[in-house]
Amino acid sequence: MAEAATIAQTRAAPARRHAGETAVAWLLAAPATLAYVAMILVPSLALVVLAFTDYELGAPGFRWVGLGNFTELMADRGFLRSVANTALYVLFVAPVSVALGLAIALLIEGGRRGRALFRALFFLPVVSLTVAMATAWSYILHPTIGPLNALLRAVGIDGANWLGDSGTVLLSLGLIGIWENAGFNLVLFLAGLTAIPRDLYAAAEMDGVKSAWDRFVTVTWPMLGPTTLFVVIITTVRAIRVFDTVATLTQGGPNKASEVILFTMYTEGFSFFRMGYSAAITLLFLVAVTVLMLVQNRLIDRRVHYG
Amino acid sequence: MAGVTIASLHKRFGAVRAVDDVSLDLSPGEFVSLVGPSGCGKTTLMRIVAGLERAEGGTVSIAGRDVTGLRGADRNVAMVFQSYALYPHMTARQNIALPLVMRRLGARQRLPLVGRAWPGTRAALAGIEADVIATAESLGLGHLLDRKPAQLSGGQRQRVALGRAIVRRPDVFLMDEPLSNLDAALRVQTRKEIVDLHRRAGASTIYVTHDQAEALTMSDRVAVMMAGRILQVANPTAVYDDPRDLRVARFIGSPRINTLAAEIGADGLVRVAGQAMGLAASARGAHVYALRPEHLVLAPAPLMQGRGLAARVEHVEFLGEALLVHARLTATGEDVVARIAPEDRNRLPADGVVGFVAAPGRGLLFGADEARVAAVPTAPMPAGARVHG
Repeated sequence: MAEAATIAQTRAAPARRHAGETAVAWLLAAPATLAYVAMILVPSLALVVLAFTDYELGAPGFRWVGLGNFTELMADRGFLRSVANTALYVLFVAPVSVALGLAIALLIEGGRRGRALFRALFFLPVVSLTVAMATAWSYILHPTIGPLNALLRAVGIDGANWLGDSGTVLLSLGLIGIWENAGFNLVLFLAGLTAIPRDLYAAAEMDGVKSAWDRFVTVTWPMLGPTTLFVVIITTVRAIRVFDTVATLTQGGPNKASEVILFTMYTEGFSFFRMGYSAAITLLFLVAVTVLMLVQNRLIDRRVHYG
Repeated sequence: MAGVTIASLHKRFGAVRAVDDVSLDLSPGEFVSLVGPSGCGKTTLMRIVAGLERAEGGTVSIAGRDVTGLRGADRNVAMVFQSYALYPHMTARQNIALPLVMRRLGARQRLPLVGRAWPGTRAALAGIEADVIATAESLGLGHLLDRKPAQLSGGQRQRVALGRAIVRRPDVFLMDEPLSNLDAALRVQTRKEIVDLHRRAGASTIYVTHDQAEALTMSDRVAVMMAGRILQVANPTAVYDDPRDLRVARFIGSPRINTLAAEIGADGLVRVAGQAMGLAASARGAHVYALRPEHLVLAPAPLMQGRGLAARVEHVEFLGEALLVHARLTATGEDVVARIAPEDRNRLPADGVVGFVAAPGRGLLFGADEARVAAVPTAPMPAGARVHG
């Protein structure tokens, strides 16, 4: 009997230890898990729920409206305008700031002096507060007292009302977006460039690769593949999320010419308090961003990781 | 067939003289190893010959043509890197073809898609393909051409790197520790293959290694380099048996050569701890006596009849084909290593005290400045004291 009991005990021991380990694991993961659930999961679920209601901030209750918010959105010309504006903005800002970031990174990497200085200078827009910089931009772009138009006048060109004209406002915001993003991309590309083994350049030289262009095509560009994928995704997301320049500089105007998705969502939710409607926009936005990321990842990933 | 002439090259990195007045001549088709400890400047020297590094002084000539001012791409030199440096996004075929593509096709012909429309492109591409396949077959890579480097084993990557080097028939091969990333068995096998490849290609080869076994087994001549200088250039036998410098003697040979403090008396005999070592020299005073482990003749102390140096055995290592006997001299406390045949193990005395003398005609003498000092053998050792020779 005693023997049997010991055997039973020794058998049970690993199971008990296992259970103990599990408990400790949960305990250790609890703060992060709770934070994730409280800060991300619950709000996201609430958002999904809200998107199917007509809830308004401060209202005592809400009604289920099914897909009502979405059908309304599809007919909302303001919303469709903001989708088109955002798309234009992304198609302008993302490619240009990726290309510009890469070009400046190559120049800095190829230069002998002042690397740290140039890196800091170009990274400055990333660390500076957009809202604060907006003041500077609204001054620079001011149609009458702005230095940009003064400069143009000096060479005999009539400047535009950059932020006040519906024809140029998106272009102006896009240029500011590029100014913000290129510095960020530059730093990422510089990191990617330093990770390229020097031996590959030496091998290319031995193989008769002579011109800077051939070197770029043979070694640099393919080896930057994973970095480029990351930069393209990050820049696209950052461009889609454009908000603070719009909110501070144009308020979506003039005449909704610079209305972008996040700004529409903000106005619907926080100016008109239509939380349900705003949630529906956010949900569409999240779905669109996720799909875009997945497609980009699938399309490019296989071509940049040479496994 | 093209020789290489390196004349008084200099290169500094900050205060370090990486290459310090180095001259070296390779006759056409010769295989010369640059061997030395890491940081001795051998890779820098090779990179200067390749044109990847610029020397501060001196000249490099290939096939009688001064190439000092030419960039690497214009020197018709091929290099195999320690890391292989294969392009990871290209297949083995594309890797091997690249040197030919860069040389035989113009910039316009290399454009994707439209390049093929240029006159002559198709013919050139067909020629490249044929050369790549011939090279790949000769290296046993035929079935691996469509794989990318990540899908190849270390040995296969190494072959692709070799293929990329030989495919364009360069004047000179430069190899920078090409075997150091392979496992021991593969290294020995690849050693022979590289020598075969070198013979077939007929190009001069400079082979950088820190592994003296590679240097000794593969080369026509070995250049031993230390602290930026070439200490000795000679065929493998001479470098081993007749080193001109104590540092060469110490670097070549495993286990390391035994070195003992020696004194040359007025009679010209070389003595270690008062015992004559069978060498005579015209020099006088303190010197270094050096003896290869396989040239130590050990015997139980009583058999030595008062001759030889007494030592206590500290430790015996079994290598399979030999035994390494680590011993400490009773008189001076200096450590020595002897390599003896395994069957002689049971002849080692139980008390561990042995005597040893140098095998007849062996033993080297070096001065305080580490340079070799001339010495001649004297009397042979007495018969009967021999355990192994």
